Amino acid sequence: MTHLVILPILLPLAAAVACTLMRSSIQAQRRVSLSAALAMIPVAFLLLERASHGGIDVYALGGWRAPFGIVLVLDRLAALMAALCILLALPALFYAAGGIDAEGRHFHALFQLQVAGLNGAFLTGDLFNLFVFFEVLLLASYGLLSHGNGLSRARAGLTYVVLNLAGSALFLIALGLLYGTLGTLNMADMAEALTRLPAADQALVRTAGAFLVAVFALKAALLPLSFWLPHVYGAACAPVAALFAIMTKVGIYAVLRVSAVTFSAAPFTADLLQPWLMPFAIATIAVGTLGALAARRLGVVVANFIVVSTGTLLAAIAVSSTDAVAAALYYLVHSTLVSAGFFLLADRIAAARGASSDHFASGPPLTNAMALGAGYLTLAIAICGAPPLSGFIGKAMILQSVQGAALAPAAWAAILLSSLLPALVLARTASVFFWEPRPPRAGMLLQLGWPTAAIVLLAAASPLLSVFAAPVAAYARAAAEQLHSPRSYYGAVLGADAEIQRERRP
Amino acid sequence: MELVFSLAIGLLTATGLYLLLKEQTFSVILGLTLLSYGVNLLLFASGRLAVNAPPLVLGGIERHSDPLPQALVLTAIVIGFGMTAYLIALALRAKGESGSDHVDAGADKE
Repeated sequence: MTHLVILPILLPLAAAVACTLMRSSIQAQRRVSLSAALAMIPVAFLLLERASHGGIDVYALGGWRAPFGIVLVLDRLAALMAALCILLALPALFYAAGGIDAEGRHFHALFQLQVAGLNGAFLTGDLFNLFVFFEVLLLASYGLLSHGNGLSRARAGLTYVVLNLAGSALFLIALGLLYGTLGTLNMADMAEALTRLPAADQALVRTAGAFLVAVFALKAALLPLSFWLPHVYGAACAPVAALFAIMTKVGIYAVLRVSAVTFSAAPFTADLLQPWLMPFAIATIAVGTLGALAARRLGVVVANFIVVSTGTLLAAIAVSSTDAVAAALYYLVHSTLVSAGFFLLADRIAAARGASSDHFASGPPLTNAMALGAGYLTLAIAICGAPPLSGFIGKAMILQSVQGAALAPAAWAAILLSSLLPALVLARTASVFFWEPRPPRAGMLLQLGWPTAAIVLLAAASPLLSVFAAPVAAYARAAAEQLHSPRSYYGAVLGADAEIQRERRP
Repeated sequence: MELVFSLAIGLLTATGLYLLLKEQTFSVILGLTLLSYGVNLLLFASGRLAVNAPPLVLGGIERHSDPLPQALVLTAIVIGFGMTAYLIALALRAKGESGSDHVDAGADKE
């Protein structure tokens, strides 16, 4: 049993505690927070390396073995998601260290807590533990969202908290029903329990499963539950929005994990997602694209791109073939890093334009227009899915895997239009920002430093993902294959002796 | 007892949902609190209702109640309590800034 698996949770937690203790000095907080994020980078690569051999590491907390204790499970998918979260946190922190973190108190502590919650949600093998980590990351996100002041942030925060509290209530109802019928909340053990569930309880379990999927759809911002997202992400400050880019992916990860590991075990839950996920995903793409067209600020445009990426990912997951899931995982890595980079760049442009901020109105001419323009062009090409960058590769993989599925023509049309229309939006935005300056008044001078380094890091992600497309896609494929053969997961978590002594309940 | 228990859960949930859909922030917070009470009772009931059955293994006692839902409910109560406290603070701040308790107050100013 290696302790590596729990490091991605413990390290940020320790950093968060340390940051809380050093409340007076922002410099000291920055040092602790940045060194924790830097120390996580080798951990991310160790996780990926360990998982890439195909083994599944199970870490029993406190030495209590499943299904009695809580386990953390490291397989290829969990390692990929945790590594993505770690790689995203570092540039976001770089950006925040440029001065945004000093606008309110406890930025670094909350940021590290959120990273701990995200990593925990990716690594846990227990459904109630997933709920707890959801709450950890949500609590931290509530604090981060209201970081800095302003009415729009307080209002957006209120909507967001109320919505997520209602979501948590639904999550708990689902957990209560599942525990009441299955008698366990360990994902592998639930799969075993599903296979010998009496027919009378099947409807109840199906209902609970539907509740669960609805909660995950709320976190992922799937259509009827997606209208909060542009509002909230558009109001958050840039490094927070960048970290939030992976928060919708937690919902997608949870849908993928629970449907592949638990629900696939019995026929009456296996088809839970099938009939409706695809149409909702297509509608999500459409609404996100329209939202991007209608937005009046660059930050809100990027927030709508996150909705589009949720739709695209869930369209692939709805097909649920190994190819489709592999394509979705590649696209997930790409869209998280690129949209996070775009949030940071939008904030830089807003800072350079002074009072005009990132609204679509002509403002003072941009200094450093060449550098900002180059970053904008790279990220815009990547996020639209135009060749040669990774968005194109990801979308091509998804299009290919969707072929032949139900509703494939509609999915193709939606995914292709969600490339074309954002391209128009971004071109229009660029012409306003870069080519229509109001001549007088010199623009503010942008300082290089941490924020620029953060944007360069994230903008470099897309070219790197294109250059190393083959190994990343191969890893995503292996992860999808591992996910679709849950026998090895059950074996790793529950041990070889499948028959565990249980007490019968009345 | 099951009937009373399930009626209580249903009543709390229904009242909570009704208040959740009101337009005053105060009612929304009350609604969420009631909803979380209903949910906590449901979670507690998922271990089956048993009277005079301790969740501990003690000598000479045959019947035990399931300790896990009690632990789950404790976790849920703590989380729900913290969330409600934060939500009240946030609502007070929003009211202080916009001068109104309406959930959409100040939304058009963006």
